[in-house]
Amino acid sequence: MIDDDETRHQIAVEVNGARHLRTVESRLLLSDFLRHDLGLTGTHVGCEHGACGACTVLLDGVPARSCLTFAVQAHGRRIGTVEGLAPARDRLHPLQQAFRAAHGLQCGYCTPGILMTMKAFLEETPAPTEEAVRHALSGNLCRCTGYQHIVDAVLAAAQSMREAKS
Amino acid sequence: MKPAPFRYVLAESLGHALDAKAAHRDEARFLAGGQSLVPAMNFRLAQPAVLVDLNRLDALAGVRAAAGAVRLGAMTRNRAIERDAALARAQPLVTEAIAHVAHPQIRNRGTIGGNLAHADPASEMPAVMLALGARLRAVSKRGERWIAARDFFQGLFTTALAADELLAEVELPALPERTGTCFLEVARRHGDYPMMGVAAVVTLDATGRCTRASLAYCNAGDTARAAVSAAAALAGARIDDATARGAAATAKGEIEPRGNVHASVAYQRHLAEVLTRRALVTAAERADQA
Repeated sequence: MIDDDETRHQIAVEVNGARHLRTVESRLLLSDFLRHDLGLTGTHVGCEHGACGACTVLLDGVPARSCLTFAVQAHGRRIGTVEGLAPARDRLHPLQQAFRAAHGLQCGYCTPGILMTMKAFLEETPAPTEEAVRHALSGNLCRCTGYQHIVDAVLAAAQSMREAKS
Repeated sequence: MKPAPFRYVLAESLGHALDAKAAHRDEARFLAGGQSLVPAMNFRLAQPAVLVDLNRLDALAGVRAAAGAVRLGAMTRNRAIERDAALARAQPLVTEAIAHVAHPQIRNRGTIGGNLAHADPASEMPAVMLALGARLRAVSKRGERWIAARDFFQGLFTTALAADELLAEVELPALPERTGTCFLEVARRHGDYPMMGVAAVVTLDATGRCTRASLAYCNAGDTARAAVSAAAALAGARIDDATARGAAATAKGEIEPRGNVHASVAYQRHLAEVLTRRALVTAAERADQA
């Protein structure tokens, strides 16, 4: 196998506000970097080809598939994962609260990717229609819920976030 | 489901990227948004020895006005194209079609240049470029050249780009007065590759007769396909249900869909016929209002 200074790279990445320095192989996916190198196993790996959305994280604030990004590309970037969503250990983010209240998850495998996608969506679209929520969810597969309770949860979260602001 | 080892080169300038590609030629691939290349690498369908990452080349990104045209830098994210209000006015076909390209998270990363250089015949954007008569600028250490969209897409995942060339930008000529466009597709789910898609462009004269039309299709052959005869036959005609039906019947025979597990060739041709009729009528209505 080739091994030289173009196959291993030093990277500095900010994840949920904490800075991490690591040496990574070129081919290491960001999803595997988060889970295996940093131990942040909240980011789930489903299909590993961008179809399911379970591995969605925020890359400089923008939802992206961590399975379609190499860890080396995250050098100098800010990553947000589900571990950084709750404001404190004993408090949930309004989205998490709403998912719990509305039964927006069953097995929970898809949930981290959906939460990160919806976090960015609600920041841009604080008062979405149901149709807009369904469209925004189109890149995340859930095999348990039939989506109805997820949509309910996102709409409820949007409302509680609006109320918290006003 | 993990990529094979490769050397990673972060291009610090366009010259750096071109040097690396010239040195490694077919052994190297450019990494743009990575939304098609990385899945292929995860499956080990693609095993490039070298990846040349273009993601820090801000000069390759952006929508710019040019004389009588608009230019899309190759590294412009599909999401940025989707949200560009000026582009939506100047080239509504691009805006209408790009919303069908996968999902928001994919469009956040995916780029127009990566999409076009990947040359997936099922993708929407090559068909849009054909319909609009776009041209593409290829650059290498040897210089640069412009390639017409009809010459750029040469086959399944195959373009006119040489081993040392990079797709730098695509230029869309301004739409003539009284021109309307329409993009329609049928996919099993929104964001999936379409079973069939059509891009239609119609220009009318002051009396409402068609002076020029173009039709191009995705998932209708080994590359994006234009229906040249069907479009040419519309010149001088009023586009109504009857003339649109005639063009659609011709178009469905001009394309060469391959069929797949989701749609037989006969069904794809049927979709092409229905979508062509609807797209032509809508494009003509929009031209009349333009």
